[in-house]
Amino acid sequence: MNYSLLILTFFPLIGLPILLFLREEQKNAIRWSALLVSLVTFGLSLWVLSRFQPEAGLQMQIDLPWLNIAGIRVSFQMGIDGLSILLVLLTAFLTPLAILSTWESVTEQVKGFMMFFLMLETGMLGVFLAQDLVLFYIFWEFTLIPMYFLIGIWGGARRIYAAVKFFLFTMAGSVLMLLAILYLGLAGKSFSLSELATNRAMFANAQTWLFLAFAAAFAIKVPVWPLHTWLPDAHVEAPTAGSVILAGVLLKMGTYGFLRFNLPLFPQAALSFAPAMAVLAVIGILYGAIVSYQQKDVKKLVAYSSVSHLGFVMLGIFALTPRSLSGSILQMINHGLSTGALFLIVGMLYDRRHTREMSAYGGIWKVVPVLGALMLVVTLSSAGLPGLNGFVGEFTILMGSFASPVLNSPWFAGVATLGVVLAAVYLLVMFEKVFLGPLTHEENRTLKEITPREVVVLLPILILIGWIGLSPNFFFNLISPSVHQLTALLQAAAVAVR
Amino acid sequence: MPIFSLVPWVVLIPVIGLSINLLLGRRLGEAFSGALATLAAGGSFVVAVLLAVGLSRDPHPVVVPFVDWITLGDFSARWAFRVDTLSVTMMLVVAGIGTLIHLYAIGYMHADVHHQGDPGRFTRFFVYLNLFIAAMMILVSADNFLMLFVGWEGVGLCSYLLIGFWFEKGKDGIANARAAKKAFIVNRIGDFGLLIALFLMVANFGSLDFSVVFEKAPALAAAAPGVLLAMTLFMLLGVTGKSAQIPLYVWLPDAMAGPTPVSALIHAATMVTAGVYLIIRSTPLFVLAPVAQATVTWVGALTAFFAATIALGQFDIKKVLAYSTISQLGFMVAAAGMGASVAAMFHLITHAFFKALLFLAAGSVILGMEKGHERAHQFDESGHKSAGFDPQDMRNMGGLRDRMPTTYWVYLIGALALSGIPPLAGFFSKDEILHAADQYHNLVFWILLLTAFLTALYMGRQLILVFGGTVRTRAAGASTENGAIILLPLILLAILTVLGGLINFPGLWTLDHWLEHTLEGLPPAVFSPLTALISVLIALGGLGTAYLVYLVTGQVIESNSPDPLERLGFLWKGIAARWKVDELYEAIIVRPYQRLAHFLASPIDQGLIDGISAGLAWLMQFFAELLRRLQNGFVRSYALVVLFGVVAILTYVVLVR
Repeated sequence: MNYSLLILTFFPLIGLPILLFLREEQKNAIRWSALLVSLVTFGLSLWVLSRFQPEAGLQMQIDLPWLNIAGIRVSFQMGIDGLSILLVLLTAFLTPLAILSTWESVTEQVKGFMMFFLMLETGMLGVFLAQDLVLFYIFWEFTLIPMYFLIGIWGGARRIYAAVKFFLFTMAGSVLMLLAILYLGLAGKSFSLSELATNRAMFANAQTWLFLAFAAAFAIKVPVWPLHTWLPDAHVEAPTAGSVILAGVLLKMGTYGFLRFNLPLFPQAALSFAPAMAVLAVIGILYGAIVSYQQKDVKKLVAYSSVSHLGFVMLGIFALTPRSLSGSILQMINHGLSTGALFLIVGMLYDRRHTREMSAYGGIWKVVPVLGALMLVVTLSSAGLPGLNGFVGEFTILMGSFASPVLNSPWFAGVATLGVVLAAVYLLVMFEKVFLGPLTHEENRTLKEITPREVVVLLPILILIGWIGLSPNFFFNLISPSVHQLTALLQAAAVAVR
Repeated sequence: MPIFSLVPWVVLIPVIGLSINLLLGRRLGEAFSGALATLAAGGSFVVAVLLAVGLSRDPHPVVVPFVDWITLGDFSARWAFRVDTLSVTMMLVVAGIGTLIHLYAIGYMHADVHHQGDPGRFTRFFVYLNLFIAAMMILVSADNFLMLFVGWEGVGLCSYLLIGFWFEKGKDGIANARAAKKAFIVNRIGDFGLLIALFLMVANFGSLDFSVVFEKAPALAAAAPGVLLAMTLFMLLGVTGKSAQIPLYVWLPDAMAGPTPVSALIHAATMVTAGVYLIIRSTPLFVLAPVAQATVTWVGALTAFFAATIALGQFDIKKVLAYSTISQLGFMVAAAGMGASVAAMFHLITHAFFKALLFLAAGSVILGMEKGHERAHQFDESGHKSAGFDPQDMRNMGGLRDRMPTTYWVYLIGALALSGIPPLAGFFSKDEILHAADQYHNLVFWILLLTAFLTALYMGRQLILVFGGTVRTRAAGASTENGAIILLPLILLAILTVLGGLINFPGLWTLDHWLEHTLEGLPPAVFSPLTALISVLIALGGLGTAYLVYLVTGQVIESNSPDPLERLGFLWKGIAARWKVDELYEAIIVRPYQRLAHFLASPIDQGLIDGISAGLAWLMQFFAELLRRLQNGFVRSYALVVLFGVVAILTYVVLVR
């Protein structure tokens, strides 16, 4: 039995008793302890990476007997493969940076904040590592609670509305997924993903409905158009660190869910729903980009841009080619990095000026040249400039989708490519409104330049943005073998249909 | 040949230069930054020369692998360098002109940063400029379409950064930033086309390597000619963006917001020729799609003519040159479309010489005017600077010949070369294009000939407005010649402009022989004395017309008098208003897009879509409210319900069963 994934998942919880022993006034001690715990977790994730063998498929598996539901075994089953390794790393990578970003922005109830944050990390890691459906569902729902409180307590003016909306939207989808999981367990006599995937003939006649039930939960999380309206509210009200994790990791739980469950469990349904999903994805790409352009609040703009960017990921998933799927997985990471960094920088501006209205800025590049230059790099990464990470993801997704035999039409990718143009429009408009032009507000004249702590927060992300952009093969090599297993399975399913 | 393994250094040297400047430049000062960046560009040029020497001994194309970039299953795109006579020619032009412009910029930017009041930005300029050289080198040295695209977008980024270099200046403090954004977005529209072309290549050839694509293209042309046509037309969309052709040329005139060395290097001599290079590089694809070739030719010819008309109606010294650049790029694109690749390349090279010369000389004029303005108003009793003085407006100039003699002479050389006066470089290259057009299609030939006339006319007009007549403002009167660091690059470029014709001198055909190692199936080079005679007469006619209109009969040499061409009536109004194309795009693209965004963001997103979820929540509340009434807490109503229930059940049991 290999306990490494168990240790990795629950390590953040070690922080909870430590924090309990600290008094609320010991703010810095609380912050440093939480940071330290999340850094060790990141170290553990690197240790997992060092022992990861891309070709070996699902590995470092752990399988502990746990519960019995109606005679069907629920086990504590975890494993990691190419679909999840990068998302696990991203989670463990972004959490300490998000914690470090709160030094000056979270000053009330620091202890509670950090405890929720560490709980959230365990929940997210569990989602990406669980191999048992019930266990997955528990982790999936578990992430809701800390995020609900992070938004609801430390959020902006309309935080309660946003938190409740976030909670209800997600729950609505999750309930359907829960029903589907129970059905699967009864029909397939197991909750283990691998066993169900092998015995999928046992529930093949219901797979259309099962696919849709899972899809409902995941599509709301992504969010797929038109289920996205919780996202702008949640982002605008969430504290910076919450937005970073929300955009960086939580949304990927949706896209990851499609990859991990919908494709291997219901391959025929996935094939027949692929064009419809691709249509929604393309609409999301264009719609998110166009609506972004209209926003006056930077966080809202970035929130809608996520709808657009995750549309690319969805298109790549449902184009169902090895290239587009690999591109989608990489693009999940890219989006986490670029959008995470965007939210971090927006948060830095908010810490200084306490507004996210773009009209309150303008021309500040002259005042904060380093911050402006870093923002430009992140903006360009988000806009898909070659040499930075976003381009590699978008290009591989579009290239793969263009010639997808499942979609069987270049129109999906062709129209989606327009999103690349529109992304340049809203991103450059944002950069112009905030950083270029004349200094229109006196109070911006004394804006503080980026601090060393803030550089430490951004620099690791920028290094990865450059690394993935210049040399993506290291990452593709981790992904590809698992993607090929997945597409082989789909291939077989397609043949079986004929 | 081992010397070819040096090729990565054409990119790496400028990258090293910009890295050092980024880290240390501001601390070590202007002299260091400028010198380092210039040396980096020069280093790139030296490597290009060594490659050219190597090719002159063994002209066969060589591919130098460098690193793997994207490997994904059976798709792989590596960063490899292609060393052949075409790519090395481009490298020589880019790095050669680039080095001269770096040198010039040391002097120009020194004055500019002080004039604009932010000396700290000097280093940043040279970081961007070196980044541009690196990106342009990636573009021209790529061995596959993906790396070409990397360079293609990379130079677009540099263009964005440099147009918006004074991002807080321009009209209302925002015009420069807007111009930069416009350039990037319009180019992105073109890049959309190029991306689709790339996807079509991957889908049909499985690779983006030049060799694979060109090898497999004939089979595709036979099997699915429509696909190949789509591929080349989408590529043309990319070309119209980068090389500023109809319908995407509108960004280039605005790009003049960038400092003048940028206009010379990026927006005249090198980056904007990338589209021409792309067509020539992709000749094996275009020859298989005659419809695409014809489209390219017509786009080029019409752009050449259209832009030339606008150039005639401008008063900004740089705007005239900008429209002239669009027009000359049209000549090159048309030539490339006609299959006259060597003529296109020849004109690309000579144009790089004389247009860089003209822009830099225009910069020298602007500097002189700025200095003159400052000097003239230093002694004002009022002491304040007169607001709104435009040192680029030709109406404020006049008579600069005596005040800036060197600038005048080099400008004259550049203008005559552009007009096509022998024996200057422009004459030979333009003549080759006209000859090819004569062979290709009568109408194209006449359009280009008419354009040549307009070219000579607007250059004659500009010469007279700037240098001729008498001074029209105090600033012009007080202007003086610039220093050696400005003038030296001008003189070197003037020499290149005079001698550039030798590159493909009729009879010797050096460029033809040089490029035939790379481009197959070139038509034989011919010099047609008749075409040459016609084009010289046309050029002289244009210059003569300008002389008659502006010097002999015109009153423009006096301040504030209307342009004599205003007598053209609505034609003048059209060209002076640039045929209102920007306004047209504003009305049919920009504003509808804004309206669509507004519509989707407000009534649709916040109204309809969010309304549905809010409506669901409301419905829930509504039913909850209804059900709540059942739980009213009165025992009698519960008893009543129980009674109804019992009666209903009994009725069912007794009657129905």
